[in-house]
Amino acid sequence: MAFVNMKSKEVQAKIVFYGPGRGGKTTNLEYIYGKFRERIKSEMVSIKTHGDRTLFFDFLPFDIGKIMGYDVKVQLYTVPGQVKYDATRKLVLKGVDGIVFVADSQVEQRKKNVLALKNLQDNLAAYKKSIFKVPLVLQYNKRDLNDVPLLPVEVMEKDLNSQLKVPSFEASAVTGHNVVPTLKKIISATMASLQNVLK
Amino acid sequence: MGSNYDDYSFSEFALGQEQLDRIETILQDELVESGVHSVLLIDLAGNIIAHRDNGNCDHDVYSLAALASANFAAVDTMAKIVGEEEFSLLFHKGENENIHFSKVSNEFLLITIFGKKVTLGLLRLKVAEAIDKINKIVQK
Repeated sequence: MAFVNMKSKEVQAKIVFYGPGRGGKTTNLEYIYGKFRERIKSEMVSIKTHGDRTLFFDFLPFDIGKIMGYDVKVQLYTVPGQVKYDATRKLVLKGVDGIVFVADSQVEQRKKNVLALKNLQDNLAAYKKSIFKVPLVLQYNKRDLNDVPLLPVEVMEKDLNSQLKVPSFEASAVTGHNVVPTLKKIISATMASLQNVLK
Repeated sequence: MGSNYDDYSFSEFALGQEQLDRIETILQDELVESGVHSVLLIDLAGNIIAHRDNGNCDHDVYSLAALASANFAAVDTMAKIVGEEEFSLLFHKGENENIHFSKVSNEFLLITIFGKKVTLGLLRLKVAEAIDKINKIVQK
């Protein structure tokens, strides 16, 4: 649920990076933080365990400039991917405006991707939101790995995107490949969904 | 999909300029003028609705709002797990700064940061008055 401040002509929208554990959600945010540091005024906030796993969320506020006369601030969040953290994962989804689903391209993660997407659908439904209506972009991460078997993109499309039919990107969050295009796509989809408010 | 879903879902609310002006006046008059350092009205998704401070604060309010809404949501969920409807007092005490959370209707939170000059009792009184006034504005 984006907040539109008619007085200061400002829009705040919440974009959440969702997906299985160790899939690269935090790495996406870290790459964005490094790449656009001069435009990001505050520090990236991470609530994580001693083992560096996301416990609650990462948070990165990001000014993207003016759209239709409004100053647009997107708030980027990640969720903890591990199955056991479902209660906190659900809390982060509250009021979400757009979602990037970060899938892990490794063959051995195939089932986890499908389960995480189903979990996203269920958690959205708890807020009376449909996965088919929320602005959503898929990212097939870790395409740079060459020492482990990767799922062909066609298989990932079939597993994850055959019903959703949303934009998808092959990416590598570690090298930064297609991280920014993924972000641009979800921002434009999110802003398009907010257009009726901004008129 | 059926009727379990909101059709008009992801982009719901906007407060008008006049409403925001009145809310900011309340935050200023009721809280900042009473000695509070900084006060934020946020929604439960972590967006900032209104913010006022005494001019001496340099907090990262966007991060503060995100963390405060998450903290509130986590405590609220804990309350439900132990069988409480809610925990009524949410307050963190520091050496120099304290932070107080209060729910305003079902959609908003009032986050107040204050120092030694304001007692918790006075703060809770002032917060309750401010919430009462803000509720009248947002429920219209």
